[in-house]
Amino acid sequence: MADDAGRLEPGGGEQRGGDVERSVLPPVRRPTELERLADWFDGRTGFGRYARMALRKVFPDHWTFLLGEVALFCFVILLATGVFMTFFYTPDSRPTTYHGPYAPLAGAQVSAAFESVMRLSFEVRAGLLMRQIHHWTALVFLGSIGVHLARVFFTGAFRRPRDINWLIGVTLLLLALAEGFTGYSLPDDLLSGTGLRIAYSAALSIPFIGPWLASLIFGGEFPTLELISRLFVFHVMLLPGLLIGAIGTHLLIVYVQTHTQYKSRATREDNVVGLPFWPGQVFRSVGLLFLTAAVIALIAGLIQINPVWLYGPFIPYAVSSPAQPDWYVGWLEGLLRLGLPFEPTILGVTIPSPFIPGIVIPGILFTILLLWPFIEARATGDHAEHHLLDWPWESPIRTATGAAGIALFLVITLAGGNDVIGVFLNVPVETLTAILRVLFVVLPVATWLLIYWLASSQRRRRAAGADTSHIRAGGVAIRRTATGGFEEIDAIEGDAD
Amino acid sequence: MNDRTTERPERMRRSAPGDRQEPDPPPLAIPENPMAERIVGAAFVAALLAGFGLLGVYLLGGQTQVEAILLTICLGGIGAGIIVWSQALLPNRIVSETRHPLRSEPDEEGGVLAAPAITRRTMLIRLMAAAFAGLGAALAIPVFSLGPAPGRDLFVTPWRSGLRLVDDQGAVVHRDQIPMGGLLTVFPDGSPGSADGQTLLINVGAGLLQVAPDRLSWAPEGFVAYSKVCTHAGCPVGLYRASLHSLICPCHQSTFDVLRGAVPTGGPAVRPLPQLPIKLQSDGTFVALGDFTEPVGPSFWNIHSGG
Repeated sequence: MADDAGRLEPGGGEQRGGDVERSVLPPVRRPTELERLADWFDGRTGFGRYARMALRKVFPDHWTFLLGEVALFCFVILLATGVFMTFFYTPDSRPTTYHGPYAPLAGAQVSAAFESVMRLSFEVRAGLLMRQIHHWTALVFLGSIGVHLARVFFTGAFRRPRDINWLIGVTLLLLALAEGFTGYSLPDDLLSGTGLRIAYSAALSIPFIGPWLASLIFGGEFPTLELISRLFVFHVMLLPGLLIGAIGTHLLIVYVQTHTQYKSRATREDNVVGLPFWPGQVFRSVGLLFLTAAVIALIAGLIQINPVWLYGPFIPYAVSSPAQPDWYVGWLEGLLRLGLPFEPTILGVTIPSPFIPGIVIPGILFTILLLWPFIEARATGDHAEHHLLDWPWESPIRTATGAAGIALFLVITLAGGNDVIGVFLNVPVETLTAILRVLFVVLPVATWLLIYWLASSQRRRRAAGADTSHIRAGGVAIRRTATGGFEEIDAIEGDAD
Repeated sequence: MNDRTTERPERMRRSAPGDRQEPDPPPLAIPENPMAERIVGAAFVAALLAGFGLLGVYLLGGQTQVEAILLTICLGGIGAGIIVWSQALLPNRIVSETRHPLRSEPDEEGGVLAAPAITRRTMLIRLMAAAFAGLGAALAIPVFSLGPAPGRDLFVTPWRSGLRLVDDQGAVVHRDQIPMGGLLTVFPDGSPGSADGQTLLINVGAGLLQVAPDRLSWAPEGFVAYSKVCTHAGCPVGLYRASLHSLICPCHQSTFDVLRGAVPTGGPAVRPLPQLPIKLQSDGTFVALGDFTEPVGPSFWNIHSGG
């Protein structure tokens, strides 16, 4: 198609005339297939001028900025494997008899949902691999969201103007938690059924609206035939739709606001120093997507997860022991296990025992998390825009508070496995629970004080000028102009990393 | 500090995308690195071979672990190839660009909305908001179709006076099935497997029970029946420590003393497990004398109102 001069030949009648002159292909060498495809598209849409604007956008470069990308790539993997599983899953609680190849359950009464998961795992080729990749990816998804959130928190990246994206990010965390919980409940096995039973009781415990709320969510008194099909609608339609919308908004805002950057000799509040989106960032990100998928595929193929055939089908009068949920729900289970036997009746209104640990405390924790940018801005009086990131020791109170939050999360997550830990340490579970109740208060406070002291002394030391190792070297040679062009500037020696 | 006083120098004004010809970047030297090129090529070839290998394994019947390893090599080859390419074979020139103010430029009309024909009629705006609130309330009503009104469901179970105690298969339970210190999950005849009717029938032996005198007769010859639904979060109370006469819920470790009317002795539960009044018949089977006298399972705000 391309002639010897390297110009694209007019491909059709509509390109005859001046259009050829506007082709942006390099005039001297033969264009590659990729360039010709882009030119074909540009000749019909004029999209090139916008794409160039976006492709040349500069993104600061640091490994901690990839954590959120890992979460994004996990979501891509979840969508791909989830679509595959949807073709085999039956969202139906109605009983049927298992006749599949897994002998220990032969002839057992199971739900159609459980039966379809058994079929996917034992009879569909590559079905077990897809299921295990999906489940493992969900665990990594929530983990990478958590680590990404911690990076944003400890570097102060949530400050204005990114407080708006913090709100969306915490919403994404909540959506991902709901997506995970509804997903692992779908097989209708004994372990997840117990989790649903506890979720029903937590909803029921809310004063005044609890019985109504529980009935509306579950379609009546637990267990109901409607529940599995409802969870399915949430898991494959409502929550993914909300997640896609929120992730798209999250990324769009990152694009519009440009990314934050660490302090270095080259970075200032009013510039962005980094690699242009194309090709450097695109190559790294696509490479990271495939490496993330590769690692998860290896884990998922070799390490069994959620073997529902060992748990058996859900039976309302049976329970497995020990019973631990997926890791990201363990903290809620732990809060319930640490709950005190306290159930007052005030003016005829009973406050059920699970209400405070199961509803009130998670509600308070999430409210603080969601509103943290505004709490901090109010407390410090700093309402200015920030594009340069803090190091953790630059804001001792923030860092100490975040560390205390992590300590609290660890204590209540451990409490969610107190029976397993008790057996492992050969300590009676009652003793362990009593210790964990004390740690629930003491450890966050102690962590706060320790980290505050460490960060403050670090800050004093740095302020005295003793240590400038945190000033990263910069290596800028090119400046991108307001219109998307480039100009050369004097290079600064050093590794820009 | 405040955004409203932020200066907007002329040079920082944002221009609409595409309204000016953008100069091309200065020419770049493409890094020469034959070794890296060979590594990238090898990674892509490995990915290609592993991909076809995966296809072969699949066609031969599939094997989860082999599939996973081949998939890992295929995905990892692509990923590693692209990463090495990006690190060793791209110029990776660090670029600096000016950060533009986010707030839009003010114009003659004033703020962002800039439509006095709408914003001046505050009364009508409030009424319109009220109208939408009405529409919202009307549209919220179908939500109530999602579940029945709680009603008395939470206060009652299928147990009725005269119903025989059966096991999970519906077979009538005989006293000889439960040795001293043993227990069995029982249901009302006609509702085997019932979630809220599930009950533990425990043979603690005569003379050990210390329940209220009027409830002693509900436990003939040391056979006592308690609801199996935990009063904390509703899990089946599935563990029994016969030596301590303790029932333990595996979910949150609420512990109940079987000899003293199943009062909680540990964990987060507050209410005892309700006791089912039963009668031992001359043929060795059991019948219920009625439903539980209090609600079974987890608490809710009006549980003590009697429904």
